[in-house]
Amino acid sequence: MSINRRQFLKIAGISTIVGLGGTTAVDLLQRNWLEAAQYSPNPKALTAKRWAMVVDVSKLKTEDDYKKIMDACHREHNVPDLGNPKDEIKWIWKETYEHAFPGQEHEYLAEGIKHKPFLVLCNHCDNPSCVRVCPTKATFKRKDGIVMMDMHRCIGCRFCMAACPFGARSFNWKDPRPFIKEENKEFPARMRGVVEKCTFCYERLAKGLKPACVEASNGALVFGDLKDPESEARKILRLNYTIRRKSELGTQPSVYYIIGGNDHA
Amino acid sequence: MLETALKGSRKYWGLVFFLLSIIGVGFIFYLQQFFYGLGITGMSRDVSWGLYIGQFTFLVGVAAAAVMVVLPYYLHNYKKYGRISVLAEFLAIPSVIMCMLFIFVDMGQPLRVLNVLLHPTPSSVMFFDMLVLSGYLFWNILVGWTILGAERKGIPPPSWIKPIIYIAIAWAPSIHIVTAFLYAGLPGRHFWLTAILAAKFLASAFASGPALIIILCLIVRKFTKFDPGKEAIQTLGKTITYTMIINVMFLGFEVFTSFYSTIPGHMHPFDYLYVGLDGYTKLVPMMWLSSILAVIALVLLLNPNWRKNERTLAVASVAVFFSLWIDKGFGLIIGGFVPNMFERVFEYWPTIPEAFITLGVWAVGFLILTILYKIATTVKEEVVYDKYGEKQVKI
Repeated sequence: MSINRRQFLKIAGISTIVGLGGTTAVDLLQRNWLEAAQYSPNPKALTAKRWAMVVDVSKLKTEDDYKKIMDACHREHNVPDLGNPKDEIKWIWKETYEHAFPGQEHEYLAEGIKHKPFLVLCNHCDNPSCVRVCPTKATFKRKDGIVMMDMHRCIGCRFCMAACPFGARSFNWKDPRPFIKEENKEFPARMRGVVEKCTFCYERLAKGLKPACVEASNGALVFGDLKDPESEARKILRLNYTIRRKSELGTQPSVYYIIGGNDHA
Repeated sequence: MLETALKGSRKYWGLVFFLLSIIGVGFIFYLQQFFYGLGITGMSRDVSWGLYIGQFTFLVGVAAAAVMVVLPYYLHNYKKYGRISVLAEFLAIPSVIMCMLFIFVDMGQPLRVLNVLLHPTPSSVMFFDMLVLSGYLFWNILVGWTILGAERKGIPPPSWIKPIIYIAIAWAPSIHIVTAFLYAGLPGRHFWLTAILAAKFLASAFASGPALIIILCLIVRKFTKFDPGKEAIQTLGKTITYTMIINVMFLGFEVFTSFYSTIPGHMHPFDYLYVGLDGYTKLVPMMWLSSILAVIALVLLLNPNWRKNERTLAVASVAVFFSLWIDKGFGLIIGGFVPNMFERVFEYWPTIPEAFITLGVWAVGFLILTILYKIATTVKEEVVYDKYGEKQVKI
């Protein structure tokens, strides 16, 4: 059988298309989660089946209590201070009750709650809508429940920001580096055009340290494994009435709030 | 056939260079955005999509609308559309290209755009949107080019194109349904979280797209010897009459559900768009302009005498197009983000660089449209009689 140039080019072209399509199909069949690999896991690393946080608002009293927590996180992670709400980047911050729990407020709410600031952050949802919509798997859920960001893969489409019902995600509208007060060389700074958010301090957990906010909170923030009935987080959840933000949306947030002033273990 | 685009009148080249200069200006602003970041736009942490994504959404509709011409022609043998089916397909091509460009200029890291192919993620609607849009672009180029080529040679189109035409027809609604799913499946965005969104998208697409085809037909008839046909234009007029009524009805359904249920999350975006919320009213004049244009369009279209008059039909078409452009290219996106997830109002308004980049992308689309229409009309001018033996050229 002899073929002329035209036929050869046709066959070559079709084979290329089929070949490329084949690898894509194989990729598609792969499972939809990823985990960053470590070469030698630190034996002291904190591990869990499902990380969660409890925020005991009653233990946060002064302005300084909040500031310490927010500063600890933002310093640790090179979160820039851009100085305007349009470009703002934040990982953990304050909202009043009516804004943190919209729809739950009412006219006759106790004064103490009405004006009380609530700390809000990424909820590391068990059923995260941000992960579902990301077209590149740049945001993904780890096996221990942490919703992670791969800043090197993010294309900056901001679909995750539209999908997050908690407004937890920030976008680098411009180069953040000039706005970082003192750069922490231990943690990467970001470049413009990518989305970022709280990562439950995965980098500290790997070293055996609790998240920076928890450490700075003087016991107001409790971090633990939801799947371990003996964990501190579970003990507190057993003893207190807790609420979650917008739980009716079914994303299963992993950050719980204690509103009232119950003493707990 | 491409060579026909290289020979043209002074007016043709004037238009080409005019569009090229707008593209140039837009490109300079894009370079600024590329090096500085998306911070040069009006978008913010709270309103994280804006004009670009709005244009993308609107143009997916315009692209899908080709089916309003192609379907009656191929599936119901509606002969009057024989002449303009290529015009509809050739409108779909630049529309899809503009869609892709608007997505591209909206990326924070545009050089990583191929990550979407490198890490295909079927759980993301955006992945499917990319698939259906590229597919639709391909089908339309293939069908438009083949049909026009056959017409030029005076032979019937090859038989293998038939199944592809049917695929393209079935494919058209899919691009807009999938685009609606980008929005309609997001928890917490009350304005978008409605099952009627995909239907609303199709209704607005099938009004705004044919309205633009009417305008383009009238322009083509004025500036070339090719006549798209009075009856074809009239039928398109009927199409936009019905689809525009459906549009207004769908808006009414949404308003009813929100305001009869009085669920705050559902009422707030409408409040913000049409009367203002917490004293913020930036979008109110735009949205009322859209409503007034819709009323004007319907008054002109519903009266048969006005609809039959091509002058008033043209005014009505322009009104339909701009009414829906505001509604979908602007209000739909911003309404999803205001109020934000904390029930706070943070307003959005495009910046000058953002507006010029947007204009630049539109100019790319119009340039491609101009070239494709130049090719189509030149071929049509050479072929004096259409395939049904009627004169398709003005004397």
